[in-house]
Amino acid sequence: MKTDFDVIIIGGGVVGSAVARELSRYKLGIAVLEKELDVVNGTSGHNTGLLHSGALYEKNSLKMICSMEGNADFDRVAEELDVPFKRCGKLVVGFGDEERERLEKLYQKGLDNGVPGLRMIDHAELKSIEPSADGDFALVVPTAGILCPFTYTIALAENAAMNGAKYFFDHAATGIDRTGDHYTVHTAKGDFTGRWVINCAGLFAYQVSKWLGFGAYEPARVKGEYIILDKRVGKHLIRPVYPTPNIYGDFDVHVTPTIDGNVLVGPTIENIGDKIDYSATQDMIDVLARDGLKMFDYVKREHYIRNYAGVFPTVKNEKGEVEPDFCIQTREDIPNAVNLVGINSPGLTSSLPIARRVVEKIKAQEKLIPNESFDPVRRGIERFAEKSKAEQAELIASDADYGEIFCRCECVTKAEIKKAAHNILGVSTVTGIKYRTRATMGRCQGGYCQTRIAALLQQELGQKKNEIRLKTTGGYMFTGDVK
Amino acid sequence: MRTHDAVIIGGGPAGLAAAVQLKKNGIDDILIIEREKHLGGILRQCIHDGFGLTRFGVTLSGPEYSQRFIDMANELGVSTVTNATVIDLNGDRVITAATQQGLLQVQGKAVILTMGCRERTRGALAIPGTRPAGVFNAGVTQSYVNLYNTMVGKEVLIMGSGDIGLIMARRLTLEGAKVKGVFEIMPYPSGLPRNIEQCLNDYDIPLYLSHSVVEIKGQERIEGVRVVQVDESFRPIEGTEKYFSCDTLVLSVGLIPENELSLAAGVELDWRTNGAVVDEFYQSNVPGIFAAGNVLHVHDLVDFVSKEAEAMAEGVAEYLKNGALPECGLEIKAGNDIGHLIPQRVSGKRDFKLSLRVRKPWGKCCLEVRQGETVLKSLKLAKAIPAEMIELVIPAEKMNSVEDLEVRVYEI
Ligand SMILES: Cc1cc2nc3c(=O)[nH]c(=O)nc-3n(C[C@H](O)[C@@H](O)[C@H](O)COP(=O)(O)OP(=O)(O)OC[C@H]3O[C@@H](n4cnc5c(N)ncnc54)[C@H](O)[C@@H]3O)c2cc1C
Ligand SMILES: Cc1cc2nc3c(=O)[nH]c(=O)nc-3n(C[C@H](O)[C@H](O)[C@H](O)COP(=O)(O)OP(=O)(O)OC[C@H]3O[C@@H](n4cnc5c(N)ncnc54)[C@H](O)[C@@H]3O)c2cc1C
Repeated sequence: MKTDFDVIIIGGGVVGSAVARELSRYKLGIAVLEKELDVVNGTSGHNTGLLHSGALYEKNSLKMICSMEGNADFDRVAEELDVPFKRCGKLVVGFGDEERERLEKLYQKGLDNGVPGLRMIDHAELKSIEPSADGDFALVVPTAGILCPFTYTIALAENAAMNGAKYFFDHAATGIDRTGDHYTVHTAKGDFTGRWVINCAGLFAYQVSKWLGFGAYEPARVKGEYIILDKRVGKHLIRPVYPTPNIYGDFDVHVTPTIDGNVLVGPTIENIGDKIDYSATQDMIDVLARDGLKMFDYVKREHYIRNYAGVFPTVKNEKGEVEPDFCIQTREDIPNAVNLVGINSPGLTSSLPIARRVVEKIKAQEKLIPNESFDPVRRGIERFAEKSKAEQAELIASDADYGEIFCRCECVTKAEIKKAAHNILGVSTVTGIKYRTRATMGRCQGGYCQTRIAALLQQELGQKKNEIRLKTTGGYMFTGDVK
Repeated sequence: MRTHDAVIIGGGPAGLAAAVQLKKNGIDDILIIEREKHLGGILRQCIHDGFGLTRFGVTLSGPEYSQRFIDMANELGVSTVTNATVIDLNGDRVITAATQQGLLQVQGKAVILTMGCRERTRGALAIPGTRPAGVFNAGVTQSYVNLYNTMVGKEVLIMGSGDIGLIMARRLTLEGAKVKGVFEIMPYPSGLPRNIEQCLNDYDIPLYLSHSVVEIKGQERIEGVRVVQVDESFRPIEGTEKYFSCDTLVLSVGLIPENELSLAAGVELDWRTNGAVVDEFYQSNVPGIFAAGNVLHVHDLVDFVSKEAEAMAEGVAEYLKNGALPECGLEIKAGNDIGHLIPQRVSGKRDFKLSLRVRKPWGKCCLEVRQGETVLKSLKLAKAIPAEMIELVIPAEKMNSVEDLEVRVYEI
């Protein structure tokens, strides 16, 4: 196995994969070291999936600039990478004078940042455009949108891989040594050497930052829990509905439609320091039920299909202050390294603009030769469920496996699952299939299709029963055969 | 487009019994559409015995029971397509199914819904904790073990005392797993007494009533659960919390009729059953669309499923022969202590069969069906439990066709 590269990217989430993809435009040997078994097991797979407008952030901060750039560009990116996306806009609703004052401030900030199309509307207009929402007034943010964070991250990674980047899963970097401007990155499966190291390690970026010799950041993580609602009620929510920011400037529980028609309720906000915790807790489930109902009438138990949580990679800097902005750092005394820390929300929206800035930093040091065969276009798996009857008939005619429904809730066929099992990144977990096809994501949560997916992994990939993984290396599904 | 007199969606016990009974009534042009490779429905994975005592007077395994109906259907020449999943049904009774050969579109003069049910999941209950591997629904576990020859774990806990969970407690024990206990939040089991006896007591598996799982622990594979005892209003009782280690948690927390297709066709559902609102002919609010079996309301015994489907088939046959069925304008109202009942509407002109469940366990009690001042039927019972469905025939003779009916249960 080749272990010497031009660039070693530590962390293959949306940021690491965007960096890999943008660097694959050039003649470079690129390795992405990822400690998990997939690219969406970190924060990139545990967020709201909102394409932010940029209205919220400090003027001229990287968060503002990158999110506005990413936002403006996204129709093209979605087209290029075949990522489901809808520019549905977003609403921030408020009640009473105090909230009006705070919302006006947000409105002014947005105008000041140059966010297009912002306007305040009254109760009647709010009701006419979003009947299930309530408020005395609301701010309309027309450029906001919703996207599938799984598909987007996977698409970036697949496009990077198509163009030559190599992904190494189950490869956690455990330390870094530098000799001059050459790096050795250690993993339990052997060393990797490279001329450049890019820190895209998300929740662990503070650690990699220390290894590289950049600032000593410390984790000050924030956990957010969610409830997912059934598609049945998704039709009642046209666009995300947020409450007016609270006195700390944070958004309390909001509701966001997903691109596939479910509704996300959340996140809650809870400081967890240096912990990583994705569990659902009764306290937060109660908060979500109570506060979610203020935003959307259908936040009711009978519509729950799943809980999840995300962890914000918030860090404190050397002064002990919470780092407010993205950090995209290079230093003369640490040659050939780019350090990305504090890539918090809106990191999903900003991932390509961040990646382009990484490329600029490298270009400032060396001349990059374009990769002539670079192809920016990536096509996803054709989804049976989204086709007209005539197109469905055509798909089945082209591949009979499109006529076999594996997942009844999301109407995913055997052909799609098979294609997902043979993905270019080589991801082979049951959850990997889920993120690539939506199988098991519906209301029965795999009751019907999980057995079939497990059988298919055995047939298509030759996995033994005790080798089948739900999501992680230690997450085995079965102990073996029945005796 | 092809049309048939009756198109049956789902070839489980309900669909098969309906087909056989329609044939016996001279309705020949029938098609069963089944998504699996084989007919037989959920019984294919129920390899234990105890089926058929009511319907056939002998005890059979699940596959044997369904084979009897498959054989009858074959003898009578019922047409079937398998490996065909119905993906759409509309109010004009046009069915679209995905098959390896293409999209199959057919219209039924009558359409019969017999799609069965699915299991309630962890997510629907919002059970707190992490989301590791090793948490399975009981029916899924049964499928892995009995159909895929796949063992799910070694140290098992079961949440919910539904019948499938009880059956799996025994099955997994026989396969060498250690089943450490069954936790039920209610003060009584939700499964049948015979299953408590034969699946738990015979194997010394403890049943913890009024106990709830409050947290699932473990990062990659489940490592254990926190369990707490609850009071009458399901609030945790302080000081009763316990931790149980395990590598597998099996959930047996209820079944939900599978009615996405029905909803797409405009069929009205009953919030208590999660199945269609039907009349005494098992016809839904959409003329020509009928339902029986687990898609209509969850049954504990397949024998009742078959009988219900046979009764429905009589109604379908009459509908096809006369082009319509008598108007069913009377509502049957369920009293507070009635969990649910079928049918919800009747004509008031004919005898009909009422199926119901009580909401909580009763000792000596009386079930009473009234129409205004008239008691149409009263049935004294030594006991009644939610786990057991109760059936009673209501005679037409005392009924009028103007007043709604009411069902209640009271202590005696
Ligand atoms: C896991 C489980 C275990 C059970 N164990 C027992 C037991 O031990 N003893 C007992 O007496 N009862 C048991 N039952 C209760 C149940 O009542 C069964 O007895 C009976 O199988 C129900 O019959 P049915 O035909 O209504 O549904 P099912 O048997 O579920 O049949 C429904 C059929 O419809 C098909 N179908 C569904 N949707 C579509 C579609 N869109 N297109 C095409 N086909 C479709 C399904 O593949 C299936 O074959 C069990 C139920 C379950 C869910
Ligand atoms: C609750 C929540 C909601 C959010 N909502 C939005 C939103 O709506 N819109 C938006 O734009 N942004 C949102 N964000 C922010 C966005 O999700 C993140 O900024 C973005 O996903 C960060 O991407 P990443 O690649 O840096 O992190 P990650 O996806 O966490 O990727 C880092 C990767 O590095 C790997 N890794 C870590 N350490 C090592 C190591 N030592 N060796 C090898 N690999 C390693 C990890 O396994 C991981 O896969 C949200 C964030 C949260 C927490």
